[in-house]
Amino acid sequence: MNSHSLDFQQKTLLQRLNWQDWLYALIIVAGSVFAYIQYAQYMDIYEVGFLFGAAALFSYLGWQWKRLAKLVLIVGVVSLFSISLYHGEQARATQVFLLKYLISSQSAVMWMNVLFVLAMATYWFALFKRSVFAGKVATTLTWSAVLFGFVGLMVRWYESYLIAPDVGHIPVSNLYEVFILFCLITALLYLHYEQKLNTKQLGGFVLLVINAAVGFILWYTFDRQAHNIQPLVPALQSYWMKIHVPANFVGYGAFSLAAMVASAYLLASKGFLASRLPSLEVMDDLMYKSIAVGFAFFTIATILGAMWAAEAWGGYWSWDPKETWALIVWLNYAAWLHLRMVKGLRGAVLAWWALVGLIVTTFAFLGVNMFLSGLHSYGTL
Amino acid sequence: MRFAVSLLSVLGVASIIGTVLKQNEPYENYIIKFGQFWFGLFEHLGLYDVYHSGWFLVILLFLVVSTSFCIYRNGPHMVKEWRTFKEHATEKSLNAFGHQATYQLNSGAENAKRQLIQFLQAKGFKYKLKQQADGSELIAAKAGTHQRWGYIFTHVAMVIILLGGLLDGNLPFKIQEILGHKRIETLDIPESKVPEISRLGTNNPSFRGNMTLPEGSSGNVAFVRVRDGYLVQELPFRVALKDFRIEHYATGQPKSFESDLVIIDPDLKQPVTKTISVNHPWTYKGIAIYQSDFQDGGTKLDFKVWDLFAPNTQTQPLAGAIFQTGILGNGDDALKVEYNDFRKFNIINMSQDGKGKPHNVGPNITYKLRDNKGQAIEYVTYMQPMQIDGRHYFISGMRETVSEDFRYLRIPVDGDFGVDGFMNFRAVMLDASKYPEIARRIAAISLEGKKEPALKKQFETSVVQLLTVFAQGGYNQIAQVIEKSVPEKEREGAAGTYIKMLRVAAYEAYNMSLAASNKPLLPSGGDSEALLRDSLNSFSDMFFYGSPYFLQLEQFEHKEASGLQLTKSPGQKWVYLGSVLLVLGIFSMMYIRERRIWLLLKPASNQVLFAMASNRKNLDFEQEFNLYREQLKSLLA
Repeated sequence: MNSHSLDFQQKTLLQRLNWQDWLYALIIVAGSVFAYIQYAQYMDIYEVGFLFGAAALFSYLGWQWKRLAKLVLIVGVVSLFSISLYHGEQARATQVFLLKYLISSQSAVMWMNVLFVLAMATYWFALFKRSVFAGKVATTLTWSAVLFGFVGLMVRWYESYLIAPDVGHIPVSNLYEVFILFCLITALLYLHYEQKLNTKQLGGFVLLVINAAVGFILWYTFDRQAHNIQPLVPALQSYWMKIHVPANFVGYGAFSLAAMVASAYLLASKGFLASRLPSLEVMDDLMYKSIAVGFAFFTIATILGAMWAAEAWGGYWSWDPKETWALIVWLNYAAWLHLRMVKGLRGAVLAWWALVGLIVTTFAFLGVNMFLSGLHSYGTL
Repeated sequence: MRFAVSLLSVLGVASIIGTVLKQNEPYENYIIKFGQFWFGLFEHLGLYDVYHSGWFLVILLFLVVSTSFCIYRNGPHMVKEWRTFKEHATEKSLNAFGHQATYQLNSGAENAKRQLIQFLQAKGFKYKLKQQADGSELIAAKAGTHQRWGYIFTHVAMVIILLGGLLDGNLPFKIQEILGHKRIETLDIPESKVPEISRLGTNNPSFRGNMTLPEGSSGNVAFVRVRDGYLVQELPFRVALKDFRIEHYATGQPKSFESDLVIIDPDLKQPVTKTISVNHPWTYKGIAIYQSDFQDGGTKLDFKVWDLFAPNTQTQPLAGAIFQTGILGNGDDALKVEYNDFRKFNIINMSQDGKGKPHNVGPNITYKLRDNKGQAIEYVTYMQPMQIDGRHYFISGMRETVSEDFRYLRIPVDGDFGVDGFMNFRAVMLDASKYPEIARRIAAISLEGKKEPALKKQFETSVVQLLTVFAQGGYNQIAQVIEKSVPEKEREGAAGTYIKMLRVAAYEAYNMSLAASNKPLLPSGGDSEALLRDSLNSFSDMFFYGSPYFLQLEQFEHKEASGLQLTKSPGQKWVYLGSVLLVLGIFSMMYIRERRIWLLLKPASNQVLFAMASNRKNLDFEQEFNLYREQLKSLLA
């Protein structure tokens, strides 16, 4: 049979959309319009921009990745249901059964923690038993953890307004909140690649770094009562926070993901678990893709940070320790990408480098807050 | 490129130094930390302000030069790669490709050519036809060559950002300093006395300076800190502060800092007013004015001064203001009071385990008492009583050097939450004429029934003695007396007896002081016990307070000063432009994939040679090649 050239025409995104995709986008846009009508008087022009920008972004992401669209819808429904149970009273978080044990902000975050631990155990079990079924369960557990995490953040956002209207703020303002964000973004990035490259075997590795963050969240909650919502210091009261922080955590999450894949790569290249793990080429590719995403977002985040600094601290660059370490992280991954793309370097050297990169990144993220002082001292331990 | 990458590494390491060693501290701190020798060496290396040191600027300049050179050398090549279809590829070179396939044609070459062109278009490739000498025809196609712009964008962005940064740095001043035209001022002198050589004119293109304005005052210069000195930056206008406000959340944490500013400019018909706050600066004539910090602006204070060691309850009034001084006492014993700081709100976490919520404990005042030899003791005194372990105290801390922690005197409040109760008690305890009466009262109670006058007399004498010793130096003095006169074995017992006796004496003394001021006497019970214990402790601690004066803050008239930062940064727009280019460049470098396809139609053998290449080999390319190979196979079959 002689086929026709036009059979190989690649459809554009809009051509590929079906009615469910359009319905999804419609719900997202309708939600944003509703939010705008309800709360326009409390938002400045930038925040209105972010609201509709977020609607466009999540529509696009949902079109590209159908499972994410499902997640967005379920998070929306569960969060709204949870919020409806509050009747505008913070105290009901510990009185209503469903809130107390499932979907108040604090309970949802605890469920996220539990599910991440279970997911990790299941991933490792699946890896050793070569069990496809267990792998699927692990993926489902990870998705559920992400669901609970996002519900936790959404409800926390609402709860902050229950404390007092002037206390209310998006939950990305302190270490506790951004650690949750870190877990969620890292998990989502991993799930995306898992689906695309079929790499369920790497789940156990990636969840190691996520569960390290979960451990931190638990310690921070029980030892320091960090889950209590605190009002924002004046320097953080800015629309910039809404984009600077999430962009940064896409960067941190992607770098962490790359480092965990690198560790699997190094094990496999030494012969450990080699028969169970994906091929070295796939892992190498995943490592590259992840660092590329991380680098792009980290660049954007740093630029946004500079713009914010120009508005809050009187200069776009003050050589504050956090800024300086962001630059070092940036230079580190710039060199990594440079060597790979320009020099064509591959293999163990880059994997080791990605692992060391995680240490540098962790220092920039946590170490600076713990050991160095400066303007950027919002997330002190 | 290798040079540029090495420079970037040096830059990274140099930057780390600046984060590990705290920058721009007062130079004395560095001397204390490193000692004179290392201090001098490090100062020479510019380690206290790494990012503005000469060598750091030289690295940045080198980066600009070397990156520009890279662009000059590789830029034309990149543009060429972007434009070319590489239609001069020969059959021989195509055969050498790693990714290639040959297909046998069934139909005619013309038909195949049409199909192949349609295929390339469907895949988003642009193509160019080239007739070969041997009669065959080459279709050279490319997609994603915009990627090549990524290289140019990112590298140009680096140069623009660095140049913008250098424009806003202190390069102009550095050069003037080297040439001897400018010099930093290191002395703490009034602004008007700063000589011309340490002043920067209004034509200075970029600066970052600070200005502290007390409410109701104005200024037309900013101070630019440089190393261990400063420069005076003249402004083309005058800034006045009408009001400074701090708003608080219900929990007491600060919610906003705002300054109502007025700009007075000869170019303006009338002054303009605007409120700035954190995150909301005001840019006027290219100078951005930021809310940076705040401090006291000369709050007026009214004190009641107690002489702790005077056996009376007299007080003196004392009036002062922050940043001013006053005198306490006369002659050689006179002390100079230096009022340093007043804070209206103090958010402290008073819970024992540190887990409770911090709350506002009210105003405090920091001052120094300096004797005529220049020795000073620093005090911090809170205006309102604080609750500690369920009881309320007036708190005043003292320390002799900045490196020490404050040691606190805790004065228990009286029934009216005032300090008078303790002060009156203290007066009785210091007044030797009151001791016989106290002794008599104690004797009457504890010796009831025993009427022997000798025993009574002896008892009363020992009470008087005990009170005399206590009034000389508190518990410490009693301990010394015990050590001197009581054998070691009996010391503990003796101390117990004395303390018990002191408690009873304190009860009588307190009641005497209450009676003298016509107040109801102390009820018996735990509360009174605790009050007496605290009062005795406080009395005993007075001897370690360092001075006889207790300054009780009675009233204040708050006056704040707003800390403004003023910056002029002409490089900012360049840095932003560079940032936009950088993002565009990074995305095009990483997310546009350059791929080239050659299809050589050979009518002679009725074959098509398919070859594919990418400047980056990765999985995506392999997959795409395999897909195309199969699709072309079915297309041409």
